[in-house]
Amino acid sequence: MTTDATLRTPLYDAHVALGGRMVPFAGYDMPVQYPAGILAEHTWTREHAGLFDVSHMGQAFLVGPDHATTAAALEALIPAAILELAPGRQRYSQLTNADGGILDDLMVSRPTDAPDGTLFLVVNAACKDADYAHIAANLPAGVELRPVEDRALLALQGPEAEAVMVALGAPVAAMKFMDTAPLTLAGSEVHVSRSGYTGEDGFEISVASADAVRLWDALLTDARVKPIGLGARDSLRLEGGLCLYGHDIDTTTSPVEGALEWSIQKRRRLDGGFPGAARVQAELANGPTRRRVGLRLDGRQPAREGAEIADKQGRIVGRVTSGGFGPTLQAPVAMGLVETASAAPGTELDVLVRGKALPARVATLPFVPAGFRR
Amino acid sequence: MKLYTKDHEWVVIDGDVATFGITDHAQGQLGDIVFVEVPEVGRRLDKGGEAAVVESVKAASEVYAPLAGEVIEANTKLADDPGLVNLEPETGGWFAKLKIEAGADTSDLMDQAAYEAFVASL
Repeated sequence: MTTDATLRTPLYDAHVALGGRMVPFAGYDMPVQYPAGILAEHTWTREHAGLFDVSHMGQAFLVGPDHATTAAALEALIPAAILELAPGRQRYSQLTNADGGILDDLMVSRPTDAPDGTLFLVVNAACKDADYAHIAANLPAGVELRPVEDRALLALQGPEAEAVMVALGAPVAAMKFMDTAPLTLAGSEVHVSRSGYTGEDGFEISVASADAVRLWDALLTDARVKPIGLGARDSLRLEGGLCLYGHDIDTTTSPVEGALEWSIQKRRRLDGGFPGAARVQAELANGPTRRRVGLRLDGRQPAREGAEIADKQGRIVGRVTSGGFGPTLQAPVAMGLVETASAAPGTELDVLVRGKALPARVATLPFVPAGFRR
Repeated sequence: MKLYTKDHEWVVIDGDVATFGITDHAQGQLGDIVFVEVPEVGRRLDKGGEAAVVESVKAASEVYAPLAGEVIEANTKLADDPGLVNLEPETGGWFAKLKIEAGADTSDLMDQAAYEAFVASL
C-alpha cells in the first residue's frame, strides 16, 4: 500500500516492469523481492552478481576550502580519522551524539575528481534528513553540506561483479576494497566505490538520475546479473555480520557496544574530539557493559528482532537486534546485544521465542566469510 | 468439502476430520518459507486461535485454526522440508488434522468461489 507521501527512485518503473513487489521502506516505494524470491536472489548474489537499487540512500558532498579544514569539520562529528584519508579511498564511520550513541552510520570518501576539500558521504535513507540537519548545524564557517538530489545509487554485488563491470568498460580490476574512482560504465559517467552491504565483493555506483535506467538496463543485459530486492539485501547483510541502523545500532548503543571500534583509528581513540568521545574512550579502556554479537541457533527456527536472550541459568542477558534464516548457511542466524560477560564466542545461551528456549551460541562475525578484495 | 478463512487458511472436512493448511495465495504473499511450527498431537485448538507459525525469510506469521478440535495428526514432513508449503500449499503442505465436533459451525467460512472473490478484492 502506498501513500501520497511515498517517494520513488528513478528506477521505480523498472522494478515494476521486472515484477518487483513494492513495499514502503524509509519513505520510498522499494522492491522487497522480484518473482525469483528472496532465497533465489540471495543465493544468486553469493554465486554470481546481484543488482540493487539503493537510490533511497542519502548522497551528499561536504565542501570546504581544503582537505584539512573539511576533514576536521567532519571529524568533529564522527570517530573515524578523515585527515589521513587518501584521495580515492573510503571509510566507514558513525555520526555520534553527545552520549556516544549512534545517530547513523555512513560511508565517507575523498573523491579524486573534485576540488581539494571535498568529501562524499553516503547515509541511510531513513536518517538522511536528520543527518543533514545535524551536520549542517555543526559545521564551521567555510564548510558546507551539499545534499545530492539528482543522483541514483546502484549496487552490484557478488563474485562476478568485477567481470561484469569490466565487460561494460569500467577498468575496476585494480581497485581494492574501499577504493573509489570516477569511471565510465556502459557509457555513463559514474562514481564507483568497491564496497557494499552483502559481505561479497562488489561495487556501489553513483550515477546521474537521468542515466539510472539506462545503466540499470545495461547491467541487466549481462546474464550474470539479476535484480535483487531489499529482502535478500537484509539476509545477505545479516550473514555478512553487517549492522542495520535502527536495529543493531541506534542512539543508545555506542560504537564500542556495536563492535565497531575497528572503524575508530588510533589517533581518534587517543585524542577523542568527537561527540561522546569520553564514553567511547572509557569503553575502549575498560570494556563496554554490553556488546553486539553473532548468534548461531540450533535447529531451523529463526529468532527475530526483540527476542530475549538468556544465559543457561535463565537470566535475561540481552536481546536479539536482527535475526532470520541464513539462506547460505541454511540455518537461523541472529545478532544481539548481550552483557559483556556473555559475549565471548562459544558462550552457550538460549533465545526465547514464543515461550520456547532455543539453544544458541555466540559466534564470530561474519557468519559467511567476506569476499572483499583487500 | 473445502472451505477457506479470511486469514487465508484452507480446511477440508471429511466426516469428523478437518485437515487444514494455508492457501496458495498466502504462501505467495509470505514468500520462501524456512520454518513451520505445527501443533502437537493431542492439543485442543480453539476456532480462530493460534494453531501454527510459519516463518519466511523475512518474518514470522501466525496460522489460526479454521475450526475447533483436537489435533490428531500433524504434518511432520514440514520440519525438514518447510518449502513444501510453497510448492504444494493445499496438498502435501497441509499443517494438521483435527477431530471436530459434529455440527461444527462453518457459516463464517467461504467456499472456493467466495474465497477467490475475496482475494481478488484485496
